Amino acid sequence: MLDFPLWKKLSLWAITLAASLLALPSLVNVAGLDWPEALPSPQVNLGLDLAGGSHLLLEAKATDVRAQRLENMEETVRQLMRNASPRIRIGDVSTAGGELSFILENAADIDRARGLIEPTMQGATTVREWELRVVDGQRIVLSQTEAGVNQAIDDAMDSATEVVRRRIDELGTREPTIIRQGETRIVVQVPGLQDPEALKALVGQTAQLEFKLVDLDALPTNIQAGIAPPGSEIVPYAPGTPGAGSAIAVKRLGGIRGENLTGAQAERDPQNGQSVVTIAFDAQGGAKFAKLTTENVGRPFAIILDGQVLSAPNINEPILGGRAQIAGSFTPESSNNLAIALRSGALPVPLAVVEERTVGPDLGADSIRKGLIAMGIGSLAVIALMIATYGRFGIYATVALVFNVLMLLGLMALGGFTLSLPGIAGFVITIGAAVDANVLINERIREERARGRRVIAAVETGYKEASRAIFDANLTNLISALALGMFGSGPVRGFAVVLFIGIITSVFTGVTLTRMFVAGWLRKARPNDITI
Amino acid sequence: MKLLKLVPDNTNIQFLKLRVPFFLLSLVLILGSWIAVGVNGLAFGVDFAGGQEVRMTFTQQTVAPIPSLREKIAGLGYGEPVVQEFGAPNQVSIRVKLPDDAAAAPDAAKAIGERVIATVRADHVDARVDGNDTVSGKVAGEFRNQAILALLAAMAAVSVYIWVRFEWQFGVGAMFALVHDVSITLGLFALTQWEFSLQIVAAILAIIGYSLNDTIVVYDRIRENLKKFRKMEMGALLDLSVNETLARTVMTSLTLFIALIPLLLFGPPSLFGMVAAITVGLFVGTYSSVYMAGPLLIWMGVTTNSFVPTETALDKQEKLAKGQG
Repeated sequence: MLDFPLWKKLSLWAITLAASLLALPSLVNVAGLDWPEALPSPQVNLGLDLAGGSHLLLEAKATDVRAQRLENMEETVRQLMRNASPRIRIGDVSTAGGELSFILENAADIDRARGLIEPTMQGATTVREWELRVVDGQRIVLSQTEAGVNQAIDDAMDSATEVVRRRIDELGTREPTIIRQGETRIVVQVPGLQDPEALKALVGQTAQLEFKLVDLDALPTNIQAGIAPPGSEIVPYAPGTPGAGSAIAVKRLGGIRGENLTGAQAERDPQNGQSVVTIAFDAQGGAKFAKLTTENVGRPFAIILDGQVLSAPNINEPILGGRAQIAGSFTPESSNNLAIALRSGALPVPLAVVEERTVGPDLGADSIRKGLIAMGIGSLAVIALMIATYGRFGIYATVALVFNVLMLLGLMALGGFTLSLPGIAGFVITIGAAVDANVLINERIREERARGRRVIAAVETGYKEASRAIFDANLTNLISALALGMFGSGPVRGFAVVLFIGIITSVFTGVTLTRMFVAGWLRKARPNDITI
Repeated sequence: MKLLKLVPDNTNIQFLKLRVPFFLLSLVLILGSWIAVGVNGLAFGVDFAGGQEVRMTFTQQTVAPIPSLREKIAGLGYGEPVVQEFGAPNQVSIRVKLPDDAAAAPDAAKAIGERVIATVRADHVDARVDGNDTVSGKVAGEFRNQAILALLAAMAAVSVYIWVRFEWQFGVGAMFALVHDVSITLGLFALTQWEFSLQIVAAILAIIGYSLNDTIVVYDRIRENLKKFRKMEMGALLDLSVNETLARTVMTSLTLFIALIPLLLFGPPSLFGMVAAITVGLFVGTYSSVYMAGPLLIWMGVTTNSFVPTETALDKQEKLAKGQG
């Protein structure tokens, strides 16, 4: 038990010092000094409750994903049937009840239609995304499989996370955290950001840009009543535009979506000084746009953003250059936001804010200062009590305690963990509880000495007998820290991390390190009696 | 050098003599806590209740004008606001319910927060905004479920662990001690109406861990003594075990206590509730490992003969050893 060969001593010191050194950059930082940039600098991140900042939890609605997929499928089917040779005529298309259903005018086309549709039912993965069934020999019904919807949600969330990250990067804020959480959520944390309004305006904008032909056959009275002609839909004007309050009818299909963009720029129109957004299509989008404008010269088309009409200008001439200008009564800020949103791509699914937290900066700085003071007083009190009670053995426990705190901080920096406000409480608990191992051991040594064991035997028995209870006690602590870790993110998670790592480092320093210290002293001094 | 001895050597306090009255007292405290929770309810913070919560510090005042704030904010027409002290006497948290449609329009929730802030600032220019949180009803409900699940899972898991490492009676004893500790902490929050947030749940989980430390140390000694003193009467054996570990129990509780006290007195005010919960849990947990976890072993029929290895038990041990190897 008390035998420490050189290699063991060296490796224990190496582990201790390495982990402790990792704490240095964080300590230098807290002291308000600069850590030399040339050196590696793992840092403990401060949580939002300490650094101040904004936290947003965004959630996507699964129903939106379903509706979007259904619409895409309808467009695909229509196109397939139209392009088939000979053309397959379909009618009575409906998307009610989350299913796409349509009738073939000629029942004999059923096998051809199936043959065309079925390859599109399988996505990029092996998951079967759609079910096809034939009703009455003439009607085809396509329904979404649960697996297909889940796959689509998963894909949509992955790309939504990416889009959100690109948008926030454009804001230029430092060290934002953007992570997917669970199936339909994204956590956004931006330290130091006090007013999350700009952030929310940017992240909350779906930025789904569409160009759709205006349905000139729709009767104004019907539009007012909200009744769209077959194949069209009613879209309201965006607030703030000249047409605000009214709506127009546009053709549902055959438009262009703004996903084929290579760039978007907020600009000022030199003619009238209005804020506008200039967009540039890629080759494919440019070709589509050219085709649409060429075929419809003289007719109006609507520029629709997130389901609201920005404007509906006439197509005066074919637009062939792949560039277009969008006007929509923008302010300089809103045109800039839209440009960023368009550049970073549309969100594949609208996101709603379900949780939002803002922490002021003064509170955080105050908390750190008060937390450090309390930690300092607490540590001194614990150290004084330990030395007064156990003398030399108390000093060993104190050295172990200092290394424990350093190692805990160092490992947190190494793992890139976040120190939260409750995490400070976790540090204090760790300081108070870490010496428990030493108390158990030292009390046991006292007992064994009182029973008349010789020094070496008493120390050995003390460490051996106490280890069992220390092991059990710390393992149950680990279990409850794990239960704490269930709370996905945020301050409580920070608390769990401190407790968890603290339990491991405290067993290492409190048991293993002190044993090495005690063994070294016993070997050198060979005392006949010890004061404990 | 003369060292400090908080507990004299060889104490022989007959703790277990008073086990019936103390156990009854514990039962009364547990029941009382449940009644307090049932009658008063817990003062859920925004984490669990959902809504819009604004936290403010009145930098130029020692005590926040809570009644007048309550009246002012009630006048805004968002229903009865919850205005309570938060950490320090000059800090408040103000929570208002969100209208149902605000969940769909987050800007509406934010606007409500801004109106609350503007209303307070109109009368108190020194009011500093420390936080402004929106938690939708759905997310709050999830936090509630997670909290209950985490508490139950932790209690069950550590009890099973003790059952595996010791015997089933010890597992049940530990479970009762934990129910005792958690109930009384909840009772405290029901009585004081301190804000009950995610932090407090974290504190309770920490209590579960540390209260169990005491129980394990006492149990470990009981197990050791059960093997050593085969002829001893059970009550005396428990007393001996508690007395032998008394110095350690006092010392450990004391070190954690003196580490926590500065945090309670000088620490960040917003940690007050959490640290208070842990401090109370520390005492309750120490008490329960002596008066709940111990006597229950007697009543569950643990005797010095209970764990004499019988033939079947030996077989079991052998199997375990093989399984581990």
